[in-house]
Amino acid sequence: MLLALKDVNTYYGQIHILQGVSLDVAEGELVCLLGGNASGKSTTLKTILGLVAPRSGSVVFDGEDVTRASTSRRIERGMAIVPENRRLFSPMTVTENLEMGAYRRSGDLRAAFERVYDLFPLLADRRSQLAGTMSGGEQQMVAVGRALMSEPRLLLMDEPSMGLAPILVERSFEIIQAVHEAGVAVLVVEQNANMALSVADRGYVLQTGRIALTDRADALRENDDLRKAYLGR
Amino acid sequence: MTKIGTDEWVAQVGERTEAYRGLTAPVRRTWDGIPLGWRFAAAMLLVALLPVATDSSYVVRVGVNAFLFGLLALGLNVVVGYAGLLDLGYIAFYGFGAYTYALLSSDQIGVHLPAELTLIVVVALTAGLGYVLGLPSRRLLGDYLAIVTLFFGQVFVQLAIHLDRLSLPWADGPVNVTGGPNGIVGIDPIRLVGVTFSSVTDYFYLLLVAFVALAVGLHRLTASRTGRAWRALREDPLAAEQMGLPVNRLKLLAFAVGGAVAGFAGAVFAAVQVGVFPQNFETLLLIMIYAAVILGGAGSLPGVAIGAAVIAVFPEVLRTPDYARLIFYGVVLGGLVALLRPWSRLAAVLAGTVVLGFVVRFATAAAWPDAAAVAPGGLVARALGAWVATPPNATTVGNVAFVLLVPAVLAVTRLRGPARTWALPTVLYLAAFVWETRLVAEPSVTRQLVLGAILVVMMTARPQGLLGTPRVEML
Ligand SMILES: Nc1ncnc2c1ncn2[C@@H]1O[C@H](COP(=O)(O)OP(=O)(O)OP(=O)(O)O)[C@@H](O)[C@H]1O
Ligand SMILES: [Mg+2]
Repeated sequence: MLLALKDVNTYYGQIHILQGVSLDVAEGELVCLLGGNASGKSTTLKTILGLVAPRSGSVVFDGEDVTRASTSRRIERGMAIVPENRRLFSPMTVTENLEMGAYRRSGDLRAAFERVYDLFPLLADRRSQLAGTMSGGEQQMVAVGRALMSEPRLLLMDEPSMGLAPILVERSFEIIQAVHEAGVAVLVVEQNANMALSVADRGYVLQTGRIALTDRADALRENDDLRKAYLGR
Repeated sequence: MTKIGTDEWVAQVGERTEAYRGLTAPVRRTWDGIPLGWRFAAAMLLVALLPVATDSSYVVRVGVNAFLFGLLALGLNVVVGYAGLLDLGYIAFYGFGAYTYALLSSDQIGVHLPAELTLIVVVALTAGLGYVLGLPSRRLLGDYLAIVTLFFGQVFVQLAIHLDRLSLPWADGPVNVTGGPNGIVGIDPIRLVGVTFSSVTDYFYLLLVAFVALAVGLHRLTASRTGRAWRALREDPLAAEQMGLPVNRLKLLAFAVGGAVAGFAGAVFAAVQVGVFPQNFETLLLIMIYAAVILGGAGSLPGVAIGAAVIAVFPEVLRTPDYARLIFYGVVLGGLVALLRPWSRLAAVLAGTVVLGFVVRFATAAAWPDAAAVAPGGLVARALGAWVATPPNATTVGNVAFVLLVPAVLAVTRLRGPARTWALPTVLYLAAFVWETRLVAEPSVTRQLVLGAILVVMMTARPQGLLGTPRVEML
């Protein structure tokens, strides 16, 4: 397993958010994490990346227990995130945004830039545009590109399709698949369960801080409970 | 121009730089073509000629002051402009540097270290102090950080005032460390590699070299990965953390660099003044440094340098009534030009004000036949004398007018459309009247007022400061 969460309990102050979450992602796997608003999806990603510390339980990444490791350390080990709402550095150029994604890496970044520009040729043309002046779809590419700059083995994505027009939602799933096909494991949080399950290998459903359901993606798509709750059909 | 297949936005970059129109277009295009380094070198060469061009030591002293201000502003710009940390204790580093230099180079504790060593000690200590102040501040954001650092600044001044009778367990009586309110005097001049800096002009050149070195150093730092990481941190600390940027280290580095720069400036200040006193490091100076950074545009090196020059030189110029007058009317005019659109409206307001002036002047000429002339001065004053009515009891009438002016200005900012256009000439004339009858005669008050007005006008017209980059909002 590339990533394994075991019985993770995360609190914000006194509020018990993640209540015994266990979850894993294999090397090169595309896993989606579904769940309603405030079910703790973002908190799960934050716990994985070390932005919040769990009170108990463990996070193991690539054979190393990183439960107490810093975010920087985890990024060095091969994690990267596309944050909720993308959070680009808006007054900085595309190139500068991408560079920040590779801050943890030393040495020549040219190969990393080339990879990102290969995946998103549009970004190559927009190198010097300020990220904040780009359209939502373009910003999405920068956000994914920025995360890929650290050449991660696990990409965490928090609602990549949020705020995008339907056509761009499809495009963003194409991006996820492209990343996946390049051999990067992806853990994607989505509200759009239908879309997410159509590309994912497996899925987890989070309900008020607990994993309520987990199965192969195609099985989840046929699951009656899930269909009632999320797929609306 | 447009290449087939290239992205439209990229193609437009070229067009935009050629989009300057009007008479100034060739000038602006040429200006844009000159590399920043050349502009800076030319400006510094011009400044370097100042002591040659004048034999007034006062002017050179203003130059020294401007350079000290420039150093302080550049240092603060690292903390506030780059890393986005609202540090209100910054002035304490300046004071700490000055007092450290004073203690190690005077009879106060009987130590006279060589200046090379003292300067290194000062820079190292203030950098360390910045680091230490940064440690508890890492987790503090915005206003919390501001309060803690403001407290730190106040503690410094209090220590400087009260550390003149420090009781130590091993000493017989109280030990005088800082000299209390009387400060430390008789500080050695700086002596570097055998050269003693004795005159103000010597210090002018020392500071010039230091300023150029710092500006070049900081320019390279901003263009580095660390500089960009600071900007990222300022823009979105949370995203910076999610990208694995060493957020804490970047903050501490900014505090340390800012502290070291201020400490160095403080040491030179102590040597120039041959003495240090607690009141040299009070909040007003902090406000002025912030004004320089904000005026110039936080985050922009050339902007902050210009801001510092303006803030250091303006109050001096304002000491002379005729210059003060030029600046006052210049700022009012500049503000109107920046805020009034279209041009016809601006012309109408100006013409209205001039006409109103003459009407009032002649109407009151009958009432005050023995009116005094406006405050003495050159051509401008004489021209104004024919326009501004001057009552015999100028002080009283001027004071009343001053009190009236405040609500009048506030009212104008609330008015919209034609009502404002109609009200403006009256308010403008009232302002000129107050200025001529009262303020020109009170330089100490007017300096603050004019400076404040400049900042207000500036921030309304260009919120990002002179050379700052406007914020790009992500929508
Ligand atoms: N920093 C915080 N402090 C306190 N409570 C928080 C904090 N962040 C999140 N929460 C709470 O934790 C719960 C889970 O939040 P989380 O962001 O993980 O939800 P989510 O599943 O990502 O929801 P959404 O789909 O709306 O993004 C919510 O009730 C939220 O209010
Ligand atoms: Mg969320």
